[in-house]
Parts: sequence; C-alpha cells; structure tokens
Amino acid sequence: MAEVQQNEKGEGGKTKQKKQHLRVDFTPMVDMNMLLITFFMFCTTLLKPQTMNINMPMKDENLTEEEKTKIKESGAVTLLLGANDELYYYLGIPKDQSTYADSTYLITSSYGAGGIRSVLLEKNKGTYEKIQELKAQLKEGLIVDSVFRTKSKEIQEGAKDYAPTVMIKPTELSTYKNMVDALDEMLITNIGAYAIIDLTPGDRFFLYQRTGNKEYLTDEQRVELEQK
Amino acid sequence: MAKVKVKKQSTFIDMTAMSDVTVLLLTFFMTTSTFLAKEPIQVTTPASVSEIKIPETNLLTVLVDKEGKVFLSMDNAEQKVATLKAVSEPYGITYTAKQIESFRKLQSFGVPVRYMQAFLDLPVEKQDKELQNLENKRVGVPAEDEKVEDGRGIISSDNEFKRWIAAALEINRDLKIAIKSDKTTNYPVVKKIIDILRGDELRQNRYLLITTLREGSNN
Repeated sequence: MAEVQQNEKGEGGKTKQKKQHLRVDFTPMVDMNMLLITFFMFCTTLLKPQTMNINMPMKDENLTEEEKTKIKESGAVTLLLGANDELYYYLGIPKDQSTYADSTYLITSSYGAGGIRSVLLEKNKGTYEKIQELKAQLKEGLIVDSVFRTKSKEIQEGAKDYAPTVMIKPTELSTYKNMVDALDEMLITNIGAYAIIDLTPGDRFFLYQRTGNKEYLTDEQRVELEQK
Repeated sequence: MAKVKVKKQSTFIDMTAMSDVTVLLLTFFMTTSTFLAKEPIQVTTPASVSEIKIPETNLLTVLVDKEGKVFLSMDNAEQKVATLKAVSEPYGITYTAKQIESFRKLQSFGVPVRYMQAFLDLPVEKQDKELQNLENKRVGVPAEDEKVEDGRGIISSDNEFKRWIAAALEINRDLKIAIKSDKTTNYPVVKKIIDILRGDELRQNRYLLITTLREGSNN
C-alpha cells in the first residue's frame, strides 16, 4: 500500500528524471501498534507488589522465656488484635491477679493515626524524630538510600535501652489485614523491637472481660468459667 | 451546461506522527510493566507503607486462600522441576517427559502429589478449571499432619506442604519465602502456615509478606 508514483515505462532508452514522489502509508503500522498497546494494557500490570519483611522469633520455648525477662517493664507495649478490626493495648507487664481485676488496665484503641499510632509515637518520640530528620536528608539528596538504612538501624539500636518493645498478639478472631496493619504501624512509628507472639491466658481473660465474647477464651478457660 | 470538474484529490492523511506516538506508548508499556501471573485464586493483598520491592529471583511464593488452601509458585523453572521430583520420590511417583513439560509451564501449582500425574495429563484449560473448583478437596497442597481421605481414596497421608518447602530449600539455600494472602483471611489460617514454616523441621523465621502500597500520606 505504500504509495510510490512511478515513472511510466516505455520511453525507450532514456529515462526521464521525473520528480519522484515517495510516500509510505503508515495506517497499518498504527493499527498494529494500537493492537499491541491494547494487549499490553490488558495482560500486564504496572504495579509491582511491595513486600514487608518480617522476622518471627525462634520457635524455641526456652528462648522466648528468656527473651521475656529481657523486656523492660517500662518499655513493654502489648497490642491485642481483636475481632471486627478492634484493637486493645496495655502498657507494661501484668504482675498478679490484682492487675487482671483492674478493668482500666486494658485500653481500647483503634488502627490508624488517631489511635495506636499516637500512643506509639509518644513512646518512641526520640527515635522517631531522629529518623524523620534522616528522612528529610534523604529527600534532599544529602544521603543515599543505603546510608539512610544503616543509620536508622543504628539509631534504633542505640535507643534499645529506653525504646518501647511492642508485642503484637493477634487473636483467632482477627484477620490477616489486622496483622499487616499492626506491623505497618511499627514501620510508621520506626519501632525497632517488635514481635508477633501468642496470647497468654491472661490476655484472653482481659479481652473476655472487656467484650464479653467467650470466643476469645481457650477451651479450658471456658470450662472453668462455666463451673463458677 | 458547465461541466463540474472533479479534481483528483487524494485523501491521504500522514500517519507517521501517529505511528511515532503509538511506538512510544508501546515502548513505555513494554519496559515498565510486568506480566500478570496466572493465579488459581484472586487475592487482594493488604496495604502497607513498606516500599521494599519484591525480589525477582530466588523467590518461593506461598499463596494462601481464605479457606487455607495452599498454592506454591517458584520463579526458577529448573528448580521447580527438581523440587517436584524430590517431593514425589518418597511416594514412588515418577513422571514422563510430557508431564514434566506440563509442570514446567505451570505458574503456580497446588495439587496433592498423588494426583499430580493425573493433573499434569490434563490439557491446560482443564487444569485451570480443576483449580478453580475450590470445593474440590484435591486442590491445594495438603498442609495437614494427619491423613486426609474421602470416599474416592486417600488424598494425603502427611504434610506435603512441609515436604515441598523442605525440598525447595534443599535445592536452593538462598530461597526467600513470600506469603501472599487475602486481607480478609482469618488470622488462624495464616498462622497455621507460619507455624509450619517456623516448626522444628523447616526453621524458617524470615518471610516477605506481599502487600500493595498504601495510598495517601505515609507519615
């Protein structure tokens, strides 16, 4: 379909040097490209999934027991992820029966900026501000990404003695999203020390006390409760 | 009568510029996008502010659906085939070259080993149909420790998921495990998988959770 206007042949011997008009029709080319574009638009994705790194504690009973004693009481924050996107937390480590009797010990909170984030930010203020400063430097191009990462790690390591340690305890009624959201808050508030741990019977009792939902309890606790 | 002289005028539109634009667009799409992976189940991953990109190599993705059905996918086809052979060996199952070729083409797989041969013999469309039927107990890598059987026979006699992961790690030590699950999945379903990975045999404590970027501010 390329349109080439050719000289008419037949003038024996001498060819007349006519002005040649060469024009290639690009319509089929455009057609084909459009088809290819449509194909790529339907069959590919521009979004590359992100990932979140997570390190679980070793599944070694002795080790976790040891770690538990390491956690400073003042720095301990326990998040309990409940049903229907509910979030509860308490500070410190419950000592004895009197703590469990205290109904104000467990605090109801929520995911997101207004809820748990403000609590964690308050607790982790020093580290957070230092890392924000670093982030600003990164944005201005004063430091590179790898330097930012090692430096923020150093800050978190340095603050070990007074920074909060967060224990995330998802219940059986929570969802995967809740867990990721809780981990996300750790990233946002730049908390270095956090772990996902199973609930203790005490935590379950707290939740039952607050919500009246027996599903939080273990089977033994339920039997015990019925006997009372 | 005056004759109307019809001028011979070609309606020729120059498409060169248009072609330039489309080629540019095409190049953009080809370079920036990645192909959608064919997955037996559709999941909406939860959002996070984490901006770590997913690694392209040495990745083992564990896809968990809402009911706890497990599908695996590996980026390296050679290692995938080697893993299949290693897993099937204790069961005395061997594959023909055709079945191996069919397995190589699978994006993600999740069938009990006992049904792998029959599954691989099916044409691709039938394989997809089979995987879509989530009621089917013969879909998904069995992750139960105890024996599972129904009227048609034994489905699995032990935890095949554990075997798959162990075999894959044996072949490639640097393998990173990524967990992909729907955001509405109940936590116990994910916990079960994580507990198997953390267990005494596998001892894997580092995972990547696949998420999508949270929109809006990240402060």
